[in-house]
Amino acid sequence: MNPRRVVVVGYGMAGARFAEEVRRRDPVGERVALTVVGAESHPAYNRVLLSAVLAGTMPAGVVGLHAPDWAETARVDLRLGTRVVDLAGREVVLSDGSTVEYDAVVLATGSRAWVPPVEGLRGESGALAADVATFRELDDCAAILSRVRPGAPVAVLGGGLLGLEAARGLLGRGCLVTVVHPVGHLMERQVDPAGGAVLAKVLTDMGVDVRLGRSAAQHLTGDGLKLDDGSHVPAELVVVAAGVRAETGLAEALGLAVDGGIVVDDTLRTSDPRIHALGDCAAHPGTVPGMVQSGWDQAVVLADLVTGADPAARYRGTPSVARLKARGIDLAALGEVHASPPDAEVITLDDPTRGRYAKLALRDNRVVGAIIIGFPDAAATITEFFDTGTPAPSDRLALLLGRANPSGTPRSPADLPDDALVCRCNTVTKAGLVTAWCSGATSVPALVAATRATTGCGTCADKTTAIATWLTDLNAEGS
Amino acid sequence: MQTQGELVTRLAAPGRGDTHCPYCALQCGMRLTGTAVEPRDFPTNLGGLCQKGWTAAEVLRTPSRLTTPLVRVDGELRAASWDTALDLVAAKLARLRDAHGADSVAVFGGGGLTNEKAYLLGKFARVALGTAQIDYNGRFCMSSAAAAGMRAFGLDRGMPFPIDDVARSEAVLLVGANPAETMPPFVQHLTGALIVVDPRRTATAERADLHLRPRPGTDLALALGILHAVVAEGHYRGDYAAERTTGFEAAWRLAAAWWPERVERVTGVAAGDQRRAAALLAGARTAHILTGRGTEQHSSGTDMVGAWINLALALGLPGTPGSGYGCLTGQGNGQGGREHGQKADQLPGYRKITDPGARSYVASVWGVPAESLPGAGRSAYELLDSLGREGGPRALMVFGSNILVSAPNAGHIAQRLSTVDFLVVADFVLSETAALADVVFPVTQWAEEGGTMTNLEGRVLLRTPAVSAPDGVRSDLELLRALAIRLGQPEHRFPADPETVFEELRSASRGGPADYSGITYSRLRAGDQLHWPVPTTDHPGTPRMFLTHFAHPDGRAHFTPVDYTGPTEPLDDEYPLLATTGRVLHHYQSGAQTRLVPELNAASPEAFVQVHPDTASRAGLTDRALARVTSRRGSTEAVVHYDPTMRLDTVFLPFHFPGAQRANLLTNPALDPHSRMPEFKVCAVRLESL
Repeated sequence: MNPRRVVVVGYGMAGARFAEEVRRRDPVGERVALTVVGAESHPAYNRVLLSAVLAGTMPAGVVGLHAPDWAETARVDLRLGTRVVDLAGREVVLSDGSTVEYDAVVLATGSRAWVPPVEGLRGESGALAADVATFRELDDCAAILSRVRPGAPVAVLGGGLLGLEAARGLLGRGCLVTVVHPVGHLMERQVDPAGGAVLAKVLTDMGVDVRLGRSAAQHLTGDGLKLDDGSHVPAELVVVAAGVRAETGLAEALGLAVDGGIVVDDTLRTSDPRIHALGDCAAHPGTVPGMVQSGWDQAVVLADLVTGADPAARYRGTPSVARLKARGIDLAALGEVHASPPDAEVITLDDPTRGRYAKLALRDNRVVGAIIIGFPDAAATITEFFDTGTPAPSDRLALLLGRANPSGTPRSPADLPDDALVCRCNTVTKAGLVTAWCSGATSVPALVAATRATTGCGTCADKTTAIATWLTDLNAEGS
Repeated sequence: MQTQGELVTRLAAPGRGDTHCPYCALQCGMRLTGTAVEPRDFPTNLGGLCQKGWTAAEVLRTPSRLTTPLVRVDGELRAASWDTALDLVAAKLARLRDAHGADSVAVFGGGGLTNEKAYLLGKFARVALGTAQIDYNGRFCMSSAAAAGMRAFGLDRGMPFPIDDVARSEAVLLVGANPAETMPPFVQHLTGALIVVDPRRTATAERADLHLRPRPGTDLALALGILHAVVAEGHYRGDYAAERTTGFEAAWRLAAAWWPERVERVTGVAAGDQRRAAALLAGARTAHILTGRGTEQHSSGTDMVGAWINLALALGLPGTPGSGYGCLTGQGNGQGGREHGQKADQLPGYRKITDPGARSYVASVWGVPAESLPGAGRSAYELLDSLGREGGPRALMVFGSNILVSAPNAGHIAQRLSTVDFLVVADFVLSETAALADVVFPVTQWAEEGGTMTNLEGRVLLRTPAVSAPDGVRSDLELLRALAIRLGQPEHRFPADPETVFEELRSASRGGPADYSGITYSRLRAGDQLHWPVPTTDHPGTPRMFLTHFAHPDGRAHFTPVDYTGPTEPLDDEYPLLATTGRVLHHYQSGAQTRLVPELNAASPEAFVQVHPDTASRAGLTDRALARVTSRRGSTEAVVHYDPTMRLDTVFLPFHFPGAQRANLLTNPALDPHSRMPEFKVCAVRLESL
């Protein structure tokens, strides 16, 4: 039987993962012959790591997704530096003039940074001005890093997830950062106004100049931005992080249904049954665009379908969990962040002074949404309850505070209950020590000999001594 | 340049009654006067003993002690003479061998047996019985760490450094180990910053500076997340990796996809805590990563350990003086027991049975033709699972193991045991497994016999008899010798004197990875501190391995590309909780010994299920109520212990208890593809009131 010929359009995180998932199920290509077409000339890389590259903690050299010999060992026909221009009959037509026959096409064209129509951001050719960069690609990172230096003023256009990660990274490199955000609070898609206010305070305390409810009106190269209220933001560099748009050009040209992204069903099929789409370019009702995890979950399902490993596989969506990856700011936003009573049980905790905010929404005892800023343990725990649907603990406050693990404050031996374990290694309780004392073991060595307390790991030596002292004092008082 | 001393280091020569505790791999030094125990200063326990150690001598005088062989007659075990029992067993085994081939008889050993017993048992199986079907309970214990150590370093020694290195370490990452309960005196060595990875807030986790509590079964993802943080935060030791390792890039490519926030979503461990762990380890001048059963007893256990080793390599720890990766061996002779031939795929000296050179060398020491040695046999669970089946063994001989309680999927194993024609058990009490046997031989125990043990740091210890054995009891070596002779072996081939057996073990291990040839009883009696390999009698031993090169032919440590796949058993509405199993301070393994000690039994008398109060109340259970815990394989009964520090999705059960209280009635026999380790540490269950 001839293998099914599948052409993947796009060699980004979703396309690359899809190819891996196919080869995981069909290692030698018996069932599926894979061609992957990548428009960029360099191999696929991990976009999630770009914030770390920008922050300077991770070298750019380690972000590659695949080894140089990946295509060969994975038996993939990898075509880099070329684009798909058309599908004609059963052939994919590439910009280098070559063609590839196909049985199925997978669109993984991703998304691109959106640049707001602000005067001066683009030059006359339509390209970005020399001191303007988007923050989306590895090349963007290089462009930004070539321009930053400690003390340089930098403006970030956009106070969403990516904009704030860029702002934090640039701050760490010693830049003077201003974030310009057109909405009244930061990260308005993931965070409510109260949470946004706490977030803005945290950033301000770190030294970021946050301008809310303001848009850039004009960019002057070498000078900075003029905002819509007439104020001025000095900037040697403007980083545009104003959102992304799904890359749907090819899909539209092919006449596929597009609504914000390429519309797909639970089998990741577009309006043309031979064409699938996944990742950032695809629009599925169960997913929020821009999350890597969605594309990876979709890759698993589509690989199951394309290889026949599980013809019943369906993609039902990926619960949305947004995490801000910015040093010193711990923010998680998940599910129904805007839920409010009586539709849901909602608990909030607002501590702007210490830069902490938490909102927890539950329905039927299950976590359905949360915004958590400054409580890293709670973020991890609540996300787990959200993802697994495990019923939430009855003590909601404990959940909000994360796993409170108080480091036992030293207590007077008098306050210890009789059955408190003093020496774990030898199962000696307070009562055991008291009994031994009453039987004549009235010194620490005598208590040790009588009960074996302290003779294991020895960590209870202080406690045992404290109890001996307490008993001695009691005796003195009594006599 | 090896920094280990050129000179032999020596402790005071052991005196009269000086011995070692019978239980765990710490092998605490103790002195027996009659049956009174006193702790003794020794590098592993520094004069400490836990309650098990203090009460160890109780087992020597337990009223349940067997003192005569038992033979099943009309369905009942009855006392018989040694000759009667030996003749019966030899005749039966010979008949089976003749009728159905040598593989119709299987042997099951244990990690508590001395090196001499483990060695002679392997030889007995391969030479006297001619069977390939031999394996041991260490497969349920150390096998994943061993396989991962082999893969990474080319050699497996639990801790390839002496225990005092841990005490001097500035930071220790302890994964899936609870030494505060399982080897309490060890805790004295944890003096630096301590990071504990455990789903439960254990006694050990209580002491930690940082406690990471992953969802059970997700440790591998956590290791990848910390490795990711090490690289992303600039802590990766590229210089070390370039000089001493291979394979980082492939391992990193998989870890690159596991950034801490993604790992947080899988494990429940806060991304910030993963970074904190990375920074703590990277910031320490000396650091250790130590793994235990919690991260090893999984169907991906070898890869899990591999992921922790990758982390250690990225931080430049293994083979660096004062730092390292090690696993905390569990059973008393868990280390030596896996080196000298009671493993299905192995010959003495940690040689591979499939290696033609190893076969011919060992065959020459044994005086038999190499081609007469059988090949590799089934691994422990597969061996037990094959009992009584078409092509499977029809008889089983068990030494130093209580499989009815300790094997996974225990209900199924009991059923397999019931199908064999002939079950022989050597033990000193009537364990749950012995009670099913056709013949039971009463054997000596620790303080009554001589022999060597190899502790968790690869240190070889000599046990000398401290008390005399009761009348009617013989050593396992005497038993093997008597059976071998009856099976037609020449007498000289199966000595019963431990030192004579050890002399032969020295020859058989010479030139192997675990080379004992330079170790002698007289050196051990003189107090020489000897960590294997010891290739010559004037060699000082090797407390620290890998200082100049690793054991792979290229001399380098190998990163292993490992990815997270998750536990094999999914949760669903019927089985909505994760169960994990482990030990409590008062009991050892299947409890066959410790349950006989009144003081220990009083402290921990019955099985319990540790559970968050919310989870219990959802099942209609209150504290101290009797619960039924059910998995896809079986049910067990346990008393509810409320614990508000438990994760809401997880219950914990100790596995020491017999009968209807066996935690292993629940556990999943899904096996690791490399080590054949079952998935003891996570399975899906439901909790109900009884």
